[in-house]
Amino acid sequence: MSDTSTGKSGGNNPYLRIKNLTKMFGDFTALNDVSLDINKGEFICFLGPSGCGKTTLLRAIAGLDIQTRGSVEQGGVDISALPPSERDFGIVFQSYALFPNLNVKRNVAYGLENRKVAKAQTAARVRELLGLVSLADQGDKYPSQLSGGQQQRVALARALATSPGLLLLDEPLSALDAKVRVHLRHEVKHLQHKLGVTTVMVTHDQEEALTMADRIVVMNEGVIEQVGTPLEIYRHPASPFVADFVGAMNFLPATVTGPNSVRIGASDLTVTGGLNGSAQGATVTVCIRPEDVTTRAIDKTSANMIEATVDDLEFLGSFYRAALTTTDDGKIEFMADFSINLVRDINVTDGMTIAVSLPEGRLRVFPGETTQTNRARDAAA
Amino acid sequence: MNGAIAATATTAGLTPKLSSDDKIMRWFILLVGAWMVFAVLLPLYFMLSKSTQSHDGVFVGLANYAEYFSTPALFYSIENSLFIAVVSTVFTISMAFVFAYALTRSAIPGKGIFRAIALIPILAPSLLPAISFVYFFGQQGVARELLFGGEIYGPIGIVMGEVFYTFPHALMILITALATADGRLYEAAVSLRASRTRIFFTVTLPGVKYGLISAIFVVFTLVITDFGIPKVIGGQFDVLATDIYKQVIGQQNFEMGAVVSVVLLIPAIAAFIVDRIVQRKQVSLLTARAVPYEAKPARTFDTLMFAYCAFIGFLILAILGMAAYASMIKFWPYDMSFSLNNYNFDVMDGGGWDAFYNSIRMAAYTAVFGTIIIFTGAYMVEKTKGFTTVRGAIQFLCILPMAVPGMVLGLAYIFFFNHPDNPFNFLYGTMAILVICTISHFYTVSHLTSLTALKQMDPEFESVSASLKVPFYKTFVRVSVPVCLPAILDISIYLFVNAMTTVSAVIFLYSSDTQLASVAALNMDDAGDIAPAAAMCMMIVLASATVRLLHATLTHGLLRKTQSWRTR
Repeated sequence: MSDTSTGKSGGNNPYLRIKNLTKMFGDFTALNDVSLDINKGEFICFLGPSGCGKTTLLRAIAGLDIQTRGSVEQGGVDISALPPSERDFGIVFQSYALFPNLNVKRNVAYGLENRKVAKAQTAARVRELLGLVSLADQGDKYPSQLSGGQQQRVALARALATSPGLLLLDEPLSALDAKVRVHLRHEVKHLQHKLGVTTVMVTHDQEEALTMADRIVVMNEGVIEQVGTPLEIYRHPASPFVADFVGAMNFLPATVTGPNSVRIGASDLTVTGGLNGSAQGATVTVCIRPEDVTTRAIDKTSANMIEATVDDLEFLGSFYRAALTTTDDGKIEFMADFSINLVRDINVTDGMTIAVSLPEGRLRVFPGETTQTNRARDAAA
Repeated sequence: MNGAIAATATTAGLTPKLSSDDKIMRWFILLVGAWMVFAVLLPLYFMLSKSTQSHDGVFVGLANYAEYFSTPALFYSIENSLFIAVVSTVFTISMAFVFAYALTRSAIPGKGIFRAIALIPILAPSLLPAISFVYFFGQQGVARELLFGGEIYGPIGIVMGEVFYTFPHALMILITALATADGRLYEAAVSLRASRTRIFFTVTLPGVKYGLISAIFVVFTLVITDFGIPKVIGGQFDVLATDIYKQVIGQQNFEMGAVVSVVLLIPAIAAFIVDRIVQRKQVSLLTARAVPYEAKPARTFDTLMFAYCAFIGFLILAILGMAAYASMIKFWPYDMSFSLNNYNFDVMDGGGWDAFYNSIRMAAYTAVFGTIIIFTGAYMVEKTKGFTTVRGAIQFLCILPMAVPGMVLGLAYIFFFNHPDNPFNFLYGTMAILVICTISHFYTVSHLTSLTALKQMDPEFESVSASLKVPFYKTFVRVSVPVCLPAILDISIYLFVNAMTTVSAVIFLYSSDTQLASVAALNMDDAGDIAPAAAMCMMIVLASATVRLLHATLTHGLLRKTQSWRTR
């Protein structure tokens, strides 16, 4: 289940190796036999709804809440049982956890001052770090005099000051305003790339994970659902959970009718991505993202064509999301995203019937019926 | 999937390695535990066992209790104590509630002054109001007629004294409860056209329910365990606290003293348990999004409230003023000229000025050592990782002293520290035992204050320090202490003032070298030197008030200097 072979793999010696990690809180299993390899210099995101175990995994890596079973190796050394102070990492929390009574410089220097580094050297390092996070002129201020985004950058500088081999970020951007969040997203990613420090970030925000991570680890109920690059996760979700949690997704009930075809309602559709092990006649779920539904230049002769009625058009700013129902007896409901241009060009209106195509390469087939009760996003919110 | 887990589960039972921080913190916790065992638990145990022993130290089971309950003169005190406690609680809570209501829910001017006046009784030993009432309503009192032939020596005097003494304690709890109101609830109620009365019973009262219950139990416990007031003004009306004193000091019957102590412990512990349960049920009604309630001016209501506050304020000042006045009268009521003769303590029994200086020293030691011990202890209990069982046990021990009346603790100390086989026997009769006893007596409130302050700190400070490889004690000194400084200063002043005013815990423990001001006042009153007793009480008030003011200025300056980060 915890498949680590997907995504880029940098050789046989991962920097961080998590093996069969299980964490129990009383009777509750927060992590269930999780294994994962992380390569040097990688930016990894743990993504999942709250309670999926992503923070627990991060805290186990840090030694803050040591696992019940299983091992963690860092740089070839088994650190499973070590307390945080004997591990090599820097950490940034959602709450910043800046020392309120120390100014920015002294916060950043906090870890250095304890290492008997010469004063001048410490000062130089602090200057360098504050420059890195673009706060060079804020060194004498106290945390409460800074904005949330600035505070989080100080926390980042403090965590990096001692040049740790591993940077852990626990929902670092979640407490910030939307705009600051987007800005800081780029800044953190840029900084990580520049320093090349192996980084693990926990987030429940799929957009954050998709834009920042080299590889995303999607978690749910204490297990890893999928590991992969952002594109892999988005294009080839390994499970209905991942499909649903990352991006918007239609789940259409279907039956397998041939080695490359399924029937949805009364329409036969070709799929090229395989049937995921389902046999002829089996009940399956076909997934397609709303933005993959095409309607421009589609007529009755087009491949994978379905005729549908427009029930509702919801304006979402940069595009419209249409609620459609197939016109055949199946009366299957699904969503499609139409650009503003498209809606204007072919004059889409409520109640009209249009022909849409579900491109064969965009369809994903999962065995069994998938009701949308596992709406992961609800849990994430 | 289950098979796979079972296969890997063979590596079961990972034991985390303890960091040196963890080890040091655990040792500290054990030290705190040792303190509580040594300063509270063992003495109590010795007292319990004493209550089951004969005069010669032979175990006699419940014989002493049987004797107690077959002696009407003794067990009538239970009824007396309960009667006084209930009546005083009703008066105090009703009066304090209206006062707190006026300060939080009306638009009267001078709230700060009223509040300051109402808190004055905290600075005085509990015998001060009793002495004042003697001058007001005693044989030669100036306002005897107001009692319409009633006798001040007895239940009336005790209740009046207790109301004065417990008023600020109830007031502080009720102000906190009433101040944390969500203004939107009132707006919603008004928009639904609820009447003022209906709003009071459906919004206000439910909102302060827990604060009210808490205040009731605090006052009840204070009254039932108080010794100073019934001692001075109780006359022939015996209560449990004075019985302990009489048995021990008057009749040297330590066993019976222990029995009465156990009897007194029961209502105190019961009140403590109920209060704990209530506290646990209390969830914050004030969410982060709540809008603070702001009182709008309402003429009639405000006038009434102002009159009430002015009246109560006047009473408090009058009671304090009478003690001050009487202490400066040459020879009441025959020579009403002013003189400071009564302050010439050195020519009187009771310990003289040395007693006063001893009190200052004792209070200073208690404040300094108590604050260090209690805050550090609370830090360890709160921040140590793992060690759950031990921490839970010690947490309980830290709360326990609240349930132990001062008289009981003091007597328990005699049994424990004066035991010939106790290696700490040398502490008996020293300043140290007074300090230890006082710290333990007032441990709980200070501990809870520390915990509240510590809980308000970001829980990840320690995680960050560990990741930066900074040992916890450096972060404790560099971050936790400065951040919690306001709370730490509050604790120190709380300990100082209580150490100055306490009588009950130390009355059994002072020696001729360690006489204390509050005890001296009590003894002078006992010997009929009421005016010097009033004078000594005034000295205690002056000392407490001075230190309090000093503390306020110091805090202000210190906060401005070290806490500049608090302001934006």
